[in-house]
Amino acid sequence: MSKNKSEYLINRHDNQYEVVIGLEVHAQVTSESKLFSTSATKFGAEPNTQVSLVDAAFPGMLPIINEYCVKQAIKTGIGLKAKINKRSVFDRKNYFYADLPQGYQISQFKDPIVGEGKVILDMPDGQKEVGIERLHLEQDAGKSIHDLDPKNTFVDLNRSGVALMEIVSKPDLRSPDEVNAYIKKLRSIMRYLGTCDGNMQEGSLRADVNVSVRKKGSKEFGTRCEIKNVNSIKFMQMAIEYEANRQVDLIEDGQMIDQETRLFDTKKNETRSMRSKEDAHDYRYFPDPDLLPLEVSDDFIENLKSEIPELPDEKKKRFIEKFKLSPYEANILVSDIETSNYFENVIKKSDVKLATNWIIGELFAALNEKNLEITESPISAGNLSKLINLIKDGTISGKIAKIVFEQMMEDDKDPQKIVEEKGLKQESDPKALEALIDKVIDDNRDKATEYKSGKVKLFGFFVGQVMKVSGGKANPQLVNEILKKKL
Amino acid sequence: MSDITKQSLSELVENIKGKKLSSSEVAKAFVERSEKSKELNAYITEDYANALNKAKKFDEKPNLDLKLPGIPMAVKDLFCTRDLRTTAGSKILNNFVPTYESTVTQNIWNEGAILMGKLNCDEFAMGSSNETSFFGNVQNPIDKNLVPGGSSGGSSSAVAAQLTPITIGTDTGGSIRQPASFTGTVGLKPTYGSCSRYGIVAFASSLDQAGPMAQNVKDCALLQEVISTYDEKDSTSIDFKRNEYSKELTKDIKGKKIGIPKEYRVDGMPKEIEDLWKKGIEYAKDCGAEIIDISLPHTNYALPTYYIVAPAEASSNLARYDGVKYGFRAEGENLIDMYEKTRSEGFGAEVQRRIMIGTYVLSSGYYDAYYLKAQKVRKLIKNDFDDAYKKVDAILTPSTPSSAFKIGEKTNDPVSMYLNDIFTVPVNLAGLPGISIPAGHDAKGYPLGLQIIGKAFDEQNILNIAYAMEEKINFQNNIHDWWIK
Repeated sequence: MSKNKSEYLINRHDNQYEVVIGLEVHAQVTSESKLFSTSATKFGAEPNTQVSLVDAAFPGMLPIINEYCVKQAIKTGIGLKAKINKRSVFDRKNYFYADLPQGYQISQFKDPIVGEGKVILDMPDGQKEVGIERLHLEQDAGKSIHDLDPKNTFVDLNRSGVALMEIVSKPDLRSPDEVNAYIKKLRSIMRYLGTCDGNMQEGSLRADVNVSVRKKGSKEFGTRCEIKNVNSIKFMQMAIEYEANRQVDLIEDGQMIDQETRLFDTKKNETRSMRSKEDAHDYRYFPDPDLLPLEVSDDFIENLKSEIPELPDEKKKRFIEKFKLSPYEANILVSDIETSNYFENVIKKSDVKLATNWIIGELFAALNEKNLEITESPISAGNLSKLINLIKDGTISGKIAKIVFEQMMEDDKDPQKIVEEKGLKQESDPKALEALIDKVIDDNRDKATEYKSGKVKLFGFFVGQVMKVSGGKANPQLVNEILKKKL
Repeated sequence: MSDITKQSLSELVENIKGKKLSSSEVAKAFVERSEKSKELNAYITEDYANALNKAKKFDEKPNLDLKLPGIPMAVKDLFCTRDLRTTAGSKILNNFVPTYESTVTQNIWNEGAILMGKLNCDEFAMGSSNETSFFGNVQNPIDKNLVPGGSSGGSSSAVAAQLTPITIGTDTGGSIRQPASFTGTVGLKPTYGSCSRYGIVAFASSLDQAGPMAQNVKDCALLQEVISTYDEKDSTSIDFKRNEYSKELTKDIKGKKIGIPKEYRVDGMPKEIEDLWKKGIEYAKDCGAEIIDISLPHTNYALPTYYIVAPAEASSNLARYDGVKYGFRAEGENLIDMYEKTRSEGFGAEVQRRIMIGTYVLSSGYYDAYYLKAQKVRKLIKNDFDDAYKKVDAILTPSTPSSAFKIGEKTNDPVSMYLNDIFTVPVNLAGLPGISIPAGHDAKGYPLGLQIIGKAFDEQNILNIAYAMEEKINFQNNIHDWWIK
């Protein structure tokens, strides 16, 4: 690795290699029905229960474009600050497979619905722009299940025909960390837009990863290998790391890199050749004669623009400018739409600074510990807001607040009630505090004398004693003031 | 009433509406004649018992407001029919029974007609003689040894032999008009987008179009009026104002400008075809039409263009017949082996030939030289027609370069077989309507047809011209029931 922490380089002997990565992300369009049929798309349904005659490619069946999916793709394009193509064409990508009933996948080859765009990544050493080459709509295939029977393969067509967006990046990524940031950012944007749920476990988001290496400073790209269908960010990072090192080893060994398609074996943590360039399919793309070119008007696009919510980059900017959050805090709070919604709900009626600290600190730690998402938070935004107000108006101290918070994590009870029921209200009555302090001084005469003779460090001892005696409820600020006077 | 089967569709409709005939009587007559005509091999699947039952049911509660009240009818076996086997003339769909109905046939049943059975055709509509059918060739009722044309050969044979009062075919490069011409019947290929392709086994999606086949122009107009509807289930269906073609049918074509394209005088065209065309021009003049010489300069390229575009689309459309989901499956050692055996055994030679041509022209490295170029030429051919229609209302040509040929005569010479479509394919490439009407006989007494090509969506106009000329031509078919023993 290089000394510059942000630069990911592979060192071999005297050579330093840079890794060049481009991603083809397949994002399932959030839609009730499929791209060219009315079948449902619900995840986890019984096999072959969401299959129409069109999806199963019965004779004489014809595809009908789902307008909603078109809107979703355009919205995503807008979110990627990309050029929306008013005319796009669906092509047939021809190949045989048991889970591809038509014998072709309807995709967009030459004329995609979305053209060039960009995604901004927040990396530790600053922002990085990643170019988007294109986004196109296509059908998903079904699923072949090989492990249910020793002799037979089963086919589930529930996914056959489900709408996917293939989002192709430019070869702008340079490290596994950037890939991580890119996928997360893409996912975040699509979740803000509601165009893809980004659920990688359910296969809603997966990627083909193109990797090549070149000597640092070289302007030429090396020969790339495509690692097919990787379905988690972790695996993507592992695959890239393995593949980049494999390629460097080959070059160092004086060998050529074959342009090929590879598979990532997650168990062995290695990539393996799947097919070489010579064996590559000839997909015989041609415009699907069952579908007319897809044409959308300026009005259609403008209407969709008006439906676009505030996206993470803009939200971050607003949080920083309006709420004076640090970029770090803003990044965390806008990273996904649910967190930012939660945050904005909390600060509707409470202090921004405190809310930021409590959400990023206590709440995230507590959720993390319980392995919960923000949407599953036991503490509602409303109640967290109340807790923050109790701190702000001095009803409870920050320390007491943590006790209340723990209680709230159990049952989302109104913090006011917890404070009342448990008698946790902060003692801010000067007379009561004076009595308390007098007693503490009285009980520790010797230490008071020492203090007066110059051992000022003992002040902390007295504060601690007062807090202890009060059961933590004494208003620390007042305690300080009164103690100073009395000592 | 005797001679029920000799009546035209219009007569039968009138007689049923006038309660002179019941649906059962009509169905019985056509079923009986169909049963006696097995030698023609016009049917792939017969559904006579159901047809008679449906006729009986119709008679119990007749709805005489319908356009085809209780009319029995057989249809080309390329239309998917619910619960009745649909084979497309192929072994690979030998056992396929759809759970759904094509839009075109549904439109027909909605108007009261009754399905008698499924008619033979070239395998996946690929052929010009009905000899590529897995279910055997069909005989032309004109003469035992003659092909009925193709691909709608079962349909043309059945209409000419009066096994069905009317029928529907599909036309990708001439598959309605050429068999109509070979059997002395009338066949209309409507404008692309006029009839829904939903539920029709696809051959070449950008060219396929269903259309009526009948004994006369009026019947043809009536059926066209029934089958042509806008359909949201077909993205290429076009929402335009459709006429009530039979009601608006008129013989008054005075002043209509009819173009004669010089490029259709092809080398080696038999003199009798040339003569027929000249006669046709005279008939058109007699009807009051004005004859104008026109040029369609890219006509020569139509056939090669067609034989790139159609196989390309077919190679992809037929990929779904892989033995996995339905239809014929040959056992194999693994998936690829199963595919290869299924498709080698399931498809006939002509279908395999076209799949190979189509696969080739779409291949990387050949796509630009073949498929893309063909698409450009297709546009030029369409432009030719657009230019011509600035001067004329319709175009008159022969339907085919010859009369029906003998069974087996061209089976070993695909190119000579393809040449049969030379006058019909430009119409499909341009998406225009075309009708073939019987116009005379050659020296052997075999029927010859004339084709009238119209502007897009102008079916009414070519039907009117055909209607007017039909009267002047007064064609009589020479069919002597030789197959009925």
